[in-house]
Amino acid sequence: MEKTQNNKAWFLVLPVLVLVAFSAILPLMTVVNYAFNDTFGNNQFFWAGIEWFDDMIHSERLRAALGRQVIFSLIILAIEVPLGIFIALNMPKKGFWASFCLVLMALPLLIPFNVVGTIWQIFGRVDIGLLGHTLAAMGVDYNYTNDPLDAWITVIVMDVWHWTSLVALLAYAGLQSIPQAYYQAARIDQATRWSVFRYIELPKMKGVLLIAVLLRFMDSFMIYTEPFVVTGGGPGNSTTFLSIDLAKMATGQFDLGPAAAFSIMYFLVILLISWVFYTVMTNLDRAESGEENR
Amino acid sequence: MSRITLSKLAHSYLANPTSEADYALKEMDHVWDDGGAYALLGASGCGKTTLLNIISGLVRPSQGRVLFGDRDVTDAPTTERNIAQVFQFPVVYDTMTVRDNLAFPLRNRGMDAAYIARRVDQVARMIGMESELNRKARGLTADAKQKISLGRGMVREDVNAILFDEPLTVIDPHMKWELRTQLKALHREFGHTMIYVTHDQTEALTFADKVVVMHDGRVVQMGTPEELFETPAHTFVGYFIGSPGMNLFDAEIAGSEARLQGVKVALGAAYGPTTGRTQIGIRPDYVTISDEGLPVTVKRVEDVGRHRIVRAEFAGQPLNAIMPEGVSLPAEPRVTFAEGKINVYANDWRVAPVGA
Repeated sequence: MEKTQNNKAWFLVLPVLVLVAFSAILPLMTVVNYAFNDTFGNNQFFWAGIEWFDDMIHSERLRAALGRQVIFSLIILAIEVPLGIFIALNMPKKGFWASFCLVLMALPLLIPFNVVGTIWQIFGRVDIGLLGHTLAAMGVDYNYTNDPLDAWITVIVMDVWHWTSLVALLAYAGLQSIPQAYYQAARIDQATRWSVFRYIELPKMKGVLLIAVLLRFMDSFMIYTEPFVVTGGGPGNSTTFLSIDLAKMATGQFDLGPAAAFSIMYFLVILLISWVFYTVMTNLDRAESGEENR
Repeated sequence: MSRITLSKLAHSYLANPTSEADYALKEMDHVWDDGGAYALLGASGCGKTTLLNIISGLVRPSQGRVLFGDRDVTDAPTTERNIAQVFQFPVVYDTMTVRDNLAFPLRNRGMDAAYIARRVDQVARMIGMESELNRKARGLTADAKQKISLGRGMVREDVNAILFDEPLTVIDPHMKWELRTQLKALHREFGHTMIYVTHDQTEALTFADKVVVMHDGRVVQMGTPEELFETPAHTFVGYFIGSPGMNLFDAEIAGSEARLQGVKVALGAAYGPTTGRTQIGIRPDYVTISDEGLPVTVKRVEDVGRHRIVRAEFAGQPLNAIMPEGVSLPAEPRVTFAEGKINVYANDWRVAPVGA
């Protein structure tokens, strides 16, 4: 029997394409439009070429924000990943307390970002905040509104408080999938606790940890709301991360052209880092098991 | 290396066992002699694995004690017992090479590097993986992984016992023979106490000097393969060992005679009065079909190659008999039972003849 060629079914995809165009591509193109043009309002645009990109690449301000951003992301990854693993290892494996811990861990993840910011903004205040006031009463010189280091510590502790749960829950899921026989074999082989972690738990958690690191990196690299609510990017510019700087530029100063160029580069940087990270990790994986094809 | 004694041992997975049915392992006293090669045989779910895990310390028994030699190890953790155990499904450390996998138990015991290298090479030769020593363990086939598990079990020379929990389930048939032979050779060479759990009777009978048969949480018989075959202590042993299993007939015993619905069978020995459900058992191998003896109705004949199995009905109850090749079925088939091969059971347990 002849097969009839009929590709009309492709038209069924059309509604989705239209939807995606309106929700993603058109807004993105608006940003692209601003990035390559200069405008003085009234919908009048003048071609600017790559001028804004050039400006932004050489902008000290952007470089400083990028530097702060990278340091921030590295610090919170360095804290949250090991801490999350540690918590997951020590969570009860079953029974009432396992469920209790899971719910408890999930709570911070359910709080809206600006509420988290507000909580810590008040919590850390020296005049009325439980933490700030207690520290002040103990004689610790702590004030996140005028000491950059205190501001950094507050923002980092807040992020750790908010997001370590995510790493812990992912790691916990990874741990739960390890068959009991592995632990039994390790006991038979007289393995130490460290060996069990190093040779059984860590390899089995690798997949979920990869996801956890990716998620935490992307999220922290785009962080805006919480530090904005707590410090507003200050004192000075000390906690002005990329998103905060971008918002200041775009909605504070109405420098739409540079801000658009900034946005596009920002997006590409995140994409690039995530892609490199993911590729390196999966290639390592393949290199390890690749020997079997010899 | 030491003798392993289980004293008044019982185990239940429930926190508060009330009846005997709650126990995965019913109370038992059992001694595993130092250097013995034992097979632990039984159907799935009869408590074999529980028993092994109690010996290795992975499970703490609800009651009773475990002794290694004279030392009470009931509460000693697995790591202190210095015991090797190989599980049904392969457990390998994925990120390690095959060599590191094999060396792992020795390194954990702090052996010196030269000894470890020598020992790992020996074991690799035993399991036939010398050429793959430097490969990562991940990505190997299931039977290669299981060979590594076996190797890890055998690598320590000073273990108190090596426990095998159906280790050859995932292994290729031809490799099974080879590995089992290796295990026996290993046993002869080092004299470790070995306990080999299986539900495959051929595997049990070829591996072990002593076979321990478990049924429903109990050790029902321990003996040589011959004892298990000739005088099964429990109807389960009769049924489980041999292919097909022992014929069992409900009967009444009167002295040296059994009555089955009016048919009389001579037992060849005298028995005292029995209580409860009384049965007589005879192996199909000892049933001869010819034109002499007691009448049977033949249902069908199965040719299994080296002999034929006759499925028949005798005194209203099913009977199996082995018929050699080349013998033809008579027109009016009758059976005779070989003398002295009939066992008598009361409530499933064997009754010894009077004066025996």
